[in-house]
Amino acid sequence: MSEDDHARDALTGVAAGRRRRRGGAERPVVPKAEFASYYGKPVIKPPTWRTLDIGGYLYLGGLAGASSVLAAGAELSGRHRLARVSRIGSFVAIVISGVALVHDLGRPERFINMLRVFKFSSPMSVGSWLLSAYGPPCGAAAFSAVTGRLPHVGTAGAMAAALIGPGVAAYTGVLLADTAVPAWHEGHRELPYLFVSSAAVAAGGLGLLAAPLDEALPARRLAVAGSVAELLAAHRMRGRMGIVAEAYRTGRAGRLTRTAEALTAAGAVAAVLGWRNRLISAAAGVALLTGSAFTRFGVFDAGMISASDPVYTVLPQRDRLRAR
Amino acid sequence: MAQRMGFFTDTSVCIGCKACEVACKIWNNLPEDGLNLTGMSYDNTEKLDANTWRHVAFIEQRKPLAWQEPGVEHAGPVPPLSTPPDTAPMTPMTPGEPGDLRWLMSSDVCKHCTVAACLDVCPTGALFRTEFETVVVQADVCNGCGYCIPACPFGVLDQRKEDGRAWKCTLCYDRIGDGLEPACAKACPTDSIQYGPLDELRERADARVARLNDAGITDARLYLADTDNGIRGAGAFFLLLDDPEVYGLPPDPIATTLDLPAMWRHAVIAAAGLLSAGLIASVGRRP
Ligand code: SF4
Ligand code: SF4
Repeated sequence: MSEDDHARDALTGVAAGRRRRRGGAERPVVPKAEFASYYGKPVIKPPTWRTLDIGGYLYLGGLAGASSVLAAGAELSGRHRLARVSRIGSFVAIVISGVALVHDLGRPERFINMLRVFKFSSPMSVGSWLLSAYGPPCGAAAFSAVTGRLPHVGTAGAMAAALIGPGVAAYTGVLLADTAVPAWHEGHRELPYLFVSSAAVAAGGLGLLAAPLDEALPARRLAVAGSVAELLAAHRMRGRMGIVAEAYRTGRAGRLTRTAEALTAAGAVAAVLGWRNRLISAAAGVALLTGSAFTRFGVFDAGMISASDPVYTVLPQRDRLRAR
Repeated sequence: MAQRMGFFTDTSVCIGCKACEVACKIWNNLPEDGLNLTGMSYDNTEKLDANTWRHVAFIEQRKPLAWQEPGVEHAGPVPPLSTPPDTAPMTPMTPGEPGDLRWLMSSDVCKHCTVAACLDVCPTGALFRTEFETVVVQADVCNGCGYCIPACPFGVLDQRKEDGRAWKCTLCYDRIGDGLEPACAKACPTDSIQYGPLDELRERADARVARLNDAGITDARLYLADTDNGIRGAGAFFLLLDDPEVYGLPPDPIATTLDLPAMWRHAVIAAAGLLSAGLIASVGRRP
């Protein structure tokens, strides 16, 4: 069919709007299935969230939450320098992520409205309360790590942050999945696992980068376990999504996801092989930190792609109806 | 609580005049969208968004609705204005030989879902359910977090760039409380938009679809009239003449919050996994 025929087809409102992005956006695998849409317009509204703010928030929140766990484990096993970097790292990460979150609100002065109510039905409400509960102990732990003052308060803060931190890392999976965005909601079973694994990768990476070699073992273990879990969760998630998995292979989402997986795998291998070498360990840490960030941005972008193209909304729903 | 009120939009009598769009804009004081020509059809509004709470879709199909008679050369006497549509020679409803073009027009609006994902996910409580079981945003509470926007399975809500807040149809909350019908329904010249108690509307819709089906218009079907869908029924439902996706509507919408218990379960397991992984990783004192 020529472009003209396509254009004429579009007028009928049936099977229209397929794969005709101006500017030749990358569209590697074109699903053959026919579907109808309203002139190719999206059925749902893509999130209005800014990529850097919210992608960054997902990443830094995970880094913070998992670092708090690592800090507590390091502390309990007498690895004080690893505990110190993890405590400081988690606080810096959570502060920046908070700034990103507030920056993204259309009306930042109204952040406080989040704490008007508590709703289990709103992952964002749960998250706001989690963050409010997590911030202060995390800050106390970091304060004591930096200044050396109030060690008991610092330890209590570190332990409390370690208990709440995993919640901060995990809830973001539900935050994304509880939307009509196909690439997120279709992954609702796997996203929390993917996100805590990615958080473990980042926290392990930070430990490998910043802690001395003789204390880095927990970070190394956490990073490797996180990498394996993350790659498995991502594989399983895309395997269950059907056509929506295309969104994870398309355009920038595809590039980010592929790079993230390569970096994570390479980082994990380097973390194992380089266990006696400070430089290799640090390089592994950088790869893991970057890989984890790319994973989050990849998921974010895939969601945007899947929300902007009606095929990802219509076809899975049609299949669902047919199966009923 | 008052009776559940809603809209039945019968697209088979929509003439695409956009009186509803205009009335909605005027009553609700909505900012203009600019004069854009989309070039895709007579639809230059394109979609529902923060400043468009009624949107008339135009679909041009190479598919017959029914025989269409331009009526310039009436052999017999011109039928009186009171002629019912199914006997008049020149309404789209007249059964007959197929032509080769049909226009579908449909006025879309917020569905005021029984299980409304937008309302469930709103972290501030800005979205609430009224005594008429409609779903309304309180602008002074909304903090512009934007969560409701991708949560809606119909893409109804959107952000107003100027103030960052989310806006949508209120089912004219400020009119129906006073016993007035919503502005769009009031303005609709063909009664394509009908407002009333939901039970009554459903009965009327059942009768209407049965009549159309009997008349040979087998395409006619109700959309969201039942409660056996992923939003457990809607306060605004439709009579359509083609698949919902042709009108830009999702064929099987679900309120994703119905999956929340499962999602929270997974999140708790995942969090517990992270906590134990972090602690187990630290087992053994440093060398
Ligand atoms: S259609 Fe969308 S905006 Fe309207 S009540 Fe349902 S979920 Fe909310
Ligand atoms: S944008 Fe406003 S109405 Fe929508 S979820 Fe956020 S606070 Fe609620």
